[in-house]
Amino acid sequence: MWEYTDKVKDHFLNPRNVGVIDNPDGVGEVGSLACGDALKLYFKLDENGRIKDAKFQTFGCASAIASSSALTEMIMGRTLEEVSNITNDDIASYLGELPKEKMHCSVMGRDALEKAIAFYRGEKEKKVEGEIVCECFGVTDVEIKRAVTENNLLTVEDVTDFVKAGGGCGKCHEKIQEILDQVHGDIKPVKNKAAKLTNIQKIKLIEETLEREIKPALKKDGGNIELIDVDGNIVLVELRGTCASCSKSQITLKNYVETKLRELVSPDLIVEEVHQ
Amino acid sequence: MKPVYVDNNATSRVAPEVLEEMLPYFTERYGNPSSMHSFGGTVAREIKTAREKVASLIGASPSEILFTSCGTESDNTAIRAALVSNPDRKHIITSRVEHPAIKNLFENLAKTGFRVTFVPVDSNGLLDLEYLYENLDDDTAIVSLMWANNETGVIFPVEEIAQTVKERGIVFHTDAVQAVGKVPVDMNKVSADMLSLSGHKLHAPKGVGALYIRKGTKFSPFLIGGHQENGRRAGTENVTSIIGLGKASEMALYNLNEVEIRIKKLRDKLEDSLIKTVPNTMINGDKDKRLPNTTSIGFEFVEGEAILLMMNELDICASSGSACTSGSLEPSHVLRAMGVPFTAAHGSIRFSLSIYNTEKEIDFIIENIPPIIKKLRELSPFWEQTKG
Repeated sequence: MWEYTDKVKDHFLNPRNVGVIDNPDGVGEVGSLACGDALKLYFKLDENGRIKDAKFQTFGCASAIASSSALTEMIMGRTLEEVSNITNDDIASYLGELPKEKMHCSVMGRDALEKAIAFYRGEKEKKVEGEIVCECFGVTDVEIKRAVTENNLLTVEDVTDFVKAGGGCGKCHEKIQEILDQVHGDIKPVKNKAAKLTNIQKIKLIEETLEREIKPALKKDGGNIELIDVDGNIVLVELRGTCASCSKSQITLKNYVETKLRELVSPDLIVEEVHQ
Repeated sequence: MKPVYVDNNATSRVAPEVLEEMLPYFTERYGNPSSMHSFGGTVAREIKTAREKVASLIGASPSEILFTSCGTESDNTAIRAALVSNPDRKHIITSRVEHPAIKNLFENLAKTGFRVTFVPVDSNGLLDLEYLYENLDDDTAIVSLMWANNETGVIFPVEEIAQTVKERGIVFHTDAVQAVGKVPVDMNKVSADMLSLSGHKLHAPKGVGALYIRKGTKFSPFLIGGHQENGRRAGTENVTSIIGLGKASEMALYNLNEVEIRIKKLRDKLEDSLIKTVPNTMINGDKDKRLPNTTSIGFEFVEGEAILLMMNELDICASSGSACTSGSLEPSHVLRAMGVPFTAAHGSIRFSLSIYNTEKEIDFIIENIPPIIKKLRELSPFWEQTKG
């Protein structure tokens, strides 16, 4: 049995602001039936840009319902600028605390809020950023890195508690450990390969890494990448397919392509996009 | 008011008569059954009587009963014994819906070089017998299959399976922890080599179990040490609990009829009413080949932990196959093996009755569950979509 605080129990048994807002200014939906929890968050703004009404619908356990209910209370009457800083930890603190294994419920709240704000600002639905690490729950390396950094997570178990990754078949535990090592700087890469690499070797290694690691990941989202040239440590690439028109392409380029090349080829590579 | 306890597959109350028989062995009759003096010796005689009672519950002879500390120890002892006795065989078979005591043991053995076959079940939780028989080969050391499933109550045809497996010269073990005391178990009819049972599922205390080992079965002890249990399980006997298991076995034999008639009727009433009054609700598992006390009901579009906690507010105790209750993130491996859709697997609740349940209690549940499901569905974003 879980140790829930009185506040969690109260928000679970007497959830505030349940329901739907017609013609909302913002709406964000996260989770799915398969995952075991899901949250749909709505808000309406007043003329001063403050949230005058917030409502939610949640499928999930007691802490998922309580987190959603708490979130609506937390954002009511505040501006989007104010609420955009709310972290999952703020939601957990508002409820006193959540069992460690249930922290992903607060992360779900934060994610729904972000999506609802993005909806209001007319931003396109975010493409899945990064590479899927946990296939059971569809969690990417970018999401894991963010959770690790924001919550100072130290173990694979911590990661599972916060973003569910690794909570299914367990095949990705090694990859999650690698991400943890990377973030905490424990990484022991094959040092300075580039120093010993000739230019030709470096270009070959970059080509190989693009083929083997990066292209397959981008292709999952209908994108692609071509190597145009290598000038010293500057890698010139062109994005293709859906990546070319994606508003997040710069993030893909820096957070994913560059990180991957630095990790696998040489730590001082810089990736730049060219349009031919 | 005492809680409405319908979680008897998790554990059951110690029968008052059982406790009464046990008490003197905590106080004035504390002798060690291995002692030479008659103060201890009389205790040994009481253990003998307890062994006879357990044996007669399952149609065995007393020398075939080994007392253990729990069902899990019985399972581990049986599997290890079979592997040690057949050192050349590296293939083991079980099902995809076993209790963790077997499931995790087999997964563990897979890591140490054993080839493991997990036999699938169909959507009703019934075993794929053809698949099982096709996979028996000369390398198979043991087949271990549960008699009845703890989550759904579905019963496997162990009598038929035991016969076929034995004809192939392969050791057969059955985890009958959920079956013993709920359905007739007769080792004269079922030719299994070994069978596990647990005390606390049949109104004996926690911390005692038994392993049936058919006469002539090759055996190798799991716990090494003293000569207790005929050298088959070292360690001073848990005297009080063994006495309790003896008394509970005697009562279970006597009460079997009540479980099969009165308790089954209550279970059916509970299940029929809930299915009728709550829309989008289904039974997990075969309705006929099932324990008389168990029902697993899937309430679509709601999550099990939330249901249980609302039931808890009313002091109704049950279990869930949902992920959130266990701390794991995926719903029960049993429901997944059966292919129960996610819509219902996350919202599956197991009710398991015992002879201590009354019709009044069942009526209380029938009255209180529908509003809980309704309230949670009103919160759920998926429920509206279904209606729309």
